[in-house]
Amino acid sequence: MEISKISEEKQKNLLSKVLEVLKTMASRPSGFIGLSILAFHILLAFLSPYLAPYDYKAIDPSLMLQAPSSEYWFGTDSLGRDVFTRTIMGGRTALTITFFGSIIALLWGGLLGIFCGLVGGKIDDVVMRIVDAFLSIPWILAMLLIVSLLGTSTEVLIPALGFFYGKGIVRVARAATHDVIAKDFIVSARARGHSNFSIIWNEIIPNVRDAILVEGAMRWSWMLLGFSSLSFLGFGVSPPTPDWGLMISNARGLMSFAYWSVIAPIVGLSSLIIGINLTADAFAKALGIDRSTKAPV
Amino acid sequence: MENIIHSVKNLSIGFRSKKNDEISILRNVTTNIKKGETVGIVGESGSGKSTLALAMMGYVKQGLYTIEGECLFESSNLLKMKNKDLEQIRGRKIAMIPQNAGQSLTPNLKIGYQIDEALRLHTKFNKNERDKKISELLNKVRLPSPETMAFRYPHELSGGQQQRVAVAMALAGKPDLLLLDEPTTGLDVTTQAHVLELLKFIAKDTGTSMVYVSHDLGAIAQVSDRIIVMYAGEIVLEGPARSILKSPIHPYTYGLLKSIPKLSLSGLPDSMPGSQPQPGNIGIGCSFYDRCKIAEDKCKKNSPSLEHILELQTSVRCFNYKNLKKFNDKINSITQKKNISKGVNEILNLTDVSISYAKQKILDQILNKITDTNPTVKDINIEIKKGETIALVGESGSGKSTILKSIAGLLKIKDGKIKFENDRVLSSDLKKRDSNDLRAIQLIFQNPDESLNPNHTVEQILSQPLKLYFSLTGNELKKKVAELLNKVRLGEFYMTRYPRQLSGGEKQRVAVARAFAAKPDIILCDEVTSALDVSVQAAVLNLLQTLKEDFGTTYIFVSHDLAVVRAISDRVAVLYQGRLCEIGPSKNVYQFPSHPYTEVLLGAVLEPDPDIKPKLVAKDIVEEKPPEKGCCFQGRCPRILGDKCKNETPPWQIGDDGNAIRCHISVEDLKKNQIKK
Repeated sequence: MEISKISEEKQKNLLSKVLEVLKTMASRPSGFIGLSILAFHILLAFLSPYLAPYDYKAIDPSLMLQAPSSEYWFGTDSLGRDVFTRTIMGGRTALTITFFGSIIALLWGGLLGIFCGLVGGKIDDVVMRIVDAFLSIPWILAMLLIVSLLGTSTEVLIPALGFFYGKGIVRVARAATHDVIAKDFIVSARARGHSNFSIIWNEIIPNVRDAILVEGAMRWSWMLLGFSSLSFLGFGVSPPTPDWGLMISNARGLMSFAYWSVIAPIVGLSSLIIGINLTADAFAKALGIDRSTKAPV
Repeated sequence: MENIIHSVKNLSIGFRSKKNDEISILRNVTTNIKKGETVGIVGESGSGKSTLALAMMGYVKQGLYTIEGECLFESSNLLKMKNKDLEQIRGRKIAMIPQNAGQSLTPNLKIGYQIDEALRLHTKFNKNERDKKISELLNKVRLPSPETMAFRYPHELSGGQQQRVAVAMALAGKPDLLLLDEPTTGLDVTTQAHVLELLKFIAKDTGTSMVYVSHDLGAIAQVSDRIIVMYAGEIVLEGPARSILKSPIHPYTYGLLKSIPKLSLSGLPDSMPGSQPQPGNIGIGCSFYDRCKIAEDKCKKNSPSLEHILELQTSVRCFNYKNLKKFNDKINSITQKKNISKGVNEILNLTDVSISYAKQKILDQILNKITDTNPTVKDINIEIKKGETIALVGESGSGKSTILKSIAGLLKIKDGKIKFENDRVLSSDLKKRDSNDLRAIQLIFQNPDESLNPNHTVEQILSQPLKLYFSLTGNELKKKVAELLNKVRLGEFYMTRYPRQLSGGEKQRVAVARAFAAKPDIILCDEVTSALDVSVQAAVLNLLQTLKEDFGTTYIFVSHDLAVVRAISDRVAVLYQGRLCEIGPSKNVYQFPSHPYTEVLLGAVLEPDPDIKPKLVAKDIVEEKPPEKGCCFQGRCPRILGDKCKNETPPWQIGDDGNAIRCHISVEDLKKNQIKK
């Protein structure tokens, strides 16, 4: 390593670090495509209220199932609502709910995993068996139970999704912590008498952060798929809120003669998932974690 | 010139950097290997010695490529050969013995099968002949009972035995050239000496040429006929082993030899300033210019070429080699340790300390029954005085690190007491120690790569103890960090660097600074120089000594390297299987009479001098568990008396010089026998 050159290097602040990672991600074609798709979706989610040409809940029986035209770009659905408006507004709900859900999943999954990895022993055993038990429950059944008991409001969906998608992160965080915990710098911190909290915050988190973030990014795309499945089954957001899963579900019977009302939400959903997946992969590569060799648990 | 079997011609190997610059790791290396000769390639880490050895069998690591030159074996260039043709040569004509045999043997296949595989590939023997050949090979590498050995799995063998199996496999194809890449580096001193003995025997017996790559001049000195010294990817000195080791004419080799601690000399070895330039960072002049004591202006601007001196049969890459001798005569001295006043006060006292790794059963825990009658570490009694350096020496498994961990509070002791300052009993549980006790005892670890958090800057690393113990913040903290860096001879600009941006020696300095940040009374050093290159090792040892003189810190120094211990310690405790064998002032421990185990250890030390041969007196076996009763060393003792040693715990015999030996043989008898040898 060129030591003389590095001595010029200043300690970077968080922003410049983030920018550097983004730059590395965008330098690969797959990363660039992923980032562009994701950025496009996020931008659309922010701007959709201003871009939407019509009211998303305006029902007009006279305009039922119109084919795409210059007036209604993506056609209209069975209630005469503009599909273009509903598609660009539909991404908004899905992105918001799953984004905050992922953050909750990251926080509780990551912290619990690190904690278990650090303390080890019986506590670790018990907690991990509980996590295993939850992993064995089909999530969609459990989600249906929660939603039917507590309703389908955003306040219920976000923590419920966050909980179910955090279980996998617990295991990844724990495994990453195990890699670090045996290193001498942890032993050294212990011998100095640092508290567990200080060891987690100062010594462990900086070393497992990358692995957990990448895992969280992957969980995001899975959660999006899960959330859309819920909506498809009618347990996601309630109508008339526009949502891709719901739109696909409503229009699927009409697919044979009104394909346009299904195609738009399908393209929206799959492009967003592909975008997140590509971004997560590029993110992992930019951070030096190769996901192809480390399969998620 | 018919007897040259392998020649490397003007070989350069390198890689492309991110900026697409060509960076060479090997630079214009030319050398010949003659039939039946053993060539030692020596250099510090990063000097390109392993790359050269691998290229000799036509292998270039992924990411590297050949820039120019060739490796000629039987008049064909190995580096341009197709894989299929290389298969005919590798293993059959050129064989390789890797560094870590434990990792290069397949764990789920029996030893016999693995050797058989090599035989099947490289010979035309039928099944019966091969079976005979396997036991012949195992016999040749002196493994006990070859018949049963063939049916064992690699994990059932000790490190030394695994290395022997690797040698047997390499010999299976009757190679003309054997490449050995640090074959004894991970082994214990006694095992290492035995394996080297074997290699020497094989070289003589089979007439195989060997290329022995190592950083250890001691090992190289024992086996080589000719030595090649590498520095920054170049050969800087090449010639007959004796003349290179006895009177090196290149300043780097001279400095390297000076920086190796020797058994015969007490006091710290000279260190070489600076470190080896990294590939891609080598200037136009001599690559050793920055560290050279006899460098002149021309060395900075021109790179010297390899000059052959006919009367010495030596090639040297230096403009100034003739001046080296004159210069050396002037400075030929060794830094003596200053006799700093040692307090008479005891700082730490270990009384009857036993440590057990065995887990107690719940029932026994409730009944408070002691189940493990044969703990890993037993009956350790050591008094440590303020300001002294005491060393714990022994091979792997001797319990030296275990004792260190329990002093640090990382491992609970089973029995006995650890008393700190004025007979205050120190809890063996870290959580029960108060902050001041925690501060007073600090640790420095073997491998600085692992002991420094890779995601922290040097400033953050050094701030940890300062914040914890002294609650420093802001400018005060920063000032203190800078002060610490200066103390370990690193500049303030190191503050913003990450560990990965530092060299091994610099990292270890940061680790030393972190330990001193706590203003400790005792520093526990766990093999602190084992992961470092020799020239860096000398510098770190010198640093530790100066810091000790400044602060009056007490060191407890754990090492397997007897020469390093000799250099730094005031007192030495020799451990075998978790039991103390001998303890006393270091000059007395290193003199006879000694405990038979100390004698074995001292005999096995490899000195970088072809005239000092290791004395192998003990059996080369590895004991996994200490014996239940009697002397701990009974299994390997060359002077065993019989049943007495097997049944009775030997008494401590304390000499007038304060040297205590735990042996049934009287000190007088030991003296008589050992001096005769």
